[in-house]
Amino acid sequence: MTISGDIEVALSGQLGGFALGAQFSAPGRGITALFGPSGCGKTTILRSIAGLQRLDGICRVGSETWQDERTFLPPHRRAVGYVFQEASLFPHMSVRRNLLYASRGRVPEEAPGVVSFDEVIELLGLAPLLVRAPQHLSGGERQRVAVGRALLSQPRLLLMDEPLSALDRETRDEILPFLERLHETLAIPLIYVTHDLSEVERLADHVVLMQAGEVVAAGPLADIQTNIDLPLSRQRDAAVSIEARVAGYDDRYGLLELDVEGGRFLLPAPPGHEPEARLRLRVGAGDVSITREEPCATSILNVMPAQIVSSRAINKREMVLVLGLGDDGKGASLLARVTRRSWDLLGLAEGQRVYAQVKGAALASR
Amino acid sequence: MPNLSPEIWTAVSLTVQLAALTTAILLVVGTPVAWWLARSQARWKEAVAAVVALPLVLPPTVLGFYLLVALGPDGPGGALAGLWGARTLAFTFEGLVIGSVIYSLPFVVQPIRNAFDAVGERPLEVAATLRASPMRAFWTVAVPLARPGFLTGAVLGFAHTMGEFGVVLMIGGNIPGETKVLSVAIYDFVETLRWREANLLAGGMVVFAFVVILAMMLIEKRMRRAGE
Repeated sequence: MTISGDIEVALSGQLGGFALGAQFSAPGRGITALFGPSGCGKTTILRSIAGLQRLDGICRVGSETWQDERTFLPPHRRAVGYVFQEASLFPHMSVRRNLLYASRGRVPEEAPGVVSFDEVIELLGLAPLLVRAPQHLSGGERQRVAVGRALLSQPRLLLMDEPLSALDRETRDEILPFLERLHETLAIPLIYVTHDLSEVERLADHVVLMQAGEVVAAGPLADIQTNIDLPLSRQRDAAVSIEARVAGYDDRYGLLELDVEGGRFLLPAPPGHEPEARLRLRVGAGDVSITREEPCATSILNVMPAQIVSSRAINKREMVLVLGLGDDGKGASLLARVTRRSWDLLGLAEGQRVYAQVKGAALASR
Repeated sequence: MPNLSPEIWTAVSLTVQLAALTTAILLVVGTPVAWWLARSQARWKEAVAAVVALPLVLPPTVLGFYLLVALGPDGPGGALAGLWGARTLAFTFEGLVIGSVIYSLPFVVQPIRNAFDAVGERPLEVAATLRASPMRAFWTVAVPLARPGFLTGAVLGFAHTMGEFGVVLMIGGNIPGETKVLSVAIYDFVETLRWREANLLAGGMVVFAFVVILAMMLIEKRMRRAGE
């Protein structure tokens, strides 16, 4: 089920000591990350979208108006699915009854556009848990049930409030693939609150960047990552996420061949990826270096022609560059961090053609 | 079983009827009060809570005195009694029920309120995001999760009404089959030096109180374990 049109949010109010004023629109499909440091008002915005809290303003989801000057729908009349930080399963109900709470215990009838019970069970691997009591589930299992329960309320918009932050690293890695599958399979838009950059890199299609109660920037993930006006690109762990397509597999060396816009990556990886499958690559700014001429003997696998699109000094010593892959620089964007000394010695300039050497790229899964 | 005088049986059965009816009314009346006290943001809510708790500290005779005035021919109770042609609610079973409801209110409201407090906001928010109306969320989430509180409240309300003396004496007097409850009967037996009957009733109350408290503790323990 795809909602027609976008999600419009414009909410303002007072939150503790500071003024909250968030205005953004998110596309009617895909994952939009509401990203920012703890305490910047992300959760308040999310709760207000669900109607659990009341701020002044507007909230529209597709053709439905949940809130405007005259309307304020109570939460139970908004087609929203909400996953809280803690799973918050009903302790007096079995997993199955939790899942079917929104449909009053009945398995929803299969129909196009209806999230089916079996589909959710399959997607989230819940079959072995159905008869269990929430008290006997692990943290990760509980959160999976909470996600399934939200999905089975047939939402037009899913909201998740740091659903992984209460879990340990291992459990988080166990759940992320489920969320990624969710994203592939279901066309329900998701607004995902997080302060963890790695979750944004793995999951998000769009990003709304928040700071101290305000939206600093919003847009497609790649645009936000490569916007050197934002502090994000200047962080030590800055990176880009690139959509890639499996082009082949080199059995002899165990290398996965991945096509991205304007280039091709080789990546040591175990076999088993479907040809044409879509994957997401993460390339850190610190893993990209630059040469002016094509290097002839190098251990680095991935050397691609690129163009310097823009540059910005981070401090006295280092700069961050945005590179466009391909001879014309129109391909996927990379970030590269170089020293100012190299910039000067190589005589680099914006618009210049160079070679990008990528020392490490990692599958961000998908 | 020693042969008991019908007097004793009348007192016991009257007391049990009074306690059962009072408890039932208290659950119906007390639950919304407890819910409101647990959930309201109103500034004067603690004042209401204090009024509900008054019977805990007021001497029963004081409460009984005001109830007597209120239930009497010139009070609202008298007006109410006028509806079916009676002059007063004082010295009637109905009056006793009203008095017991007020007197035992805190014993029922307090545990239920605490249980609602313990349930917290989150489960109700979850229910709301799963399309449950506030009414449905109340019945399917808040009430089942607050079950131990209801149980404690009902048991305390029942037991407390069983043993009430002061208020009953003030507003009910001593009419066999109408207002002569257990505690009054014991007092009567002692007054008339019928020690055997007094002993029987008093001993029965001790056993009853012990069984009630033990059962409550066991049930609470079991529920807590089930909740983990």
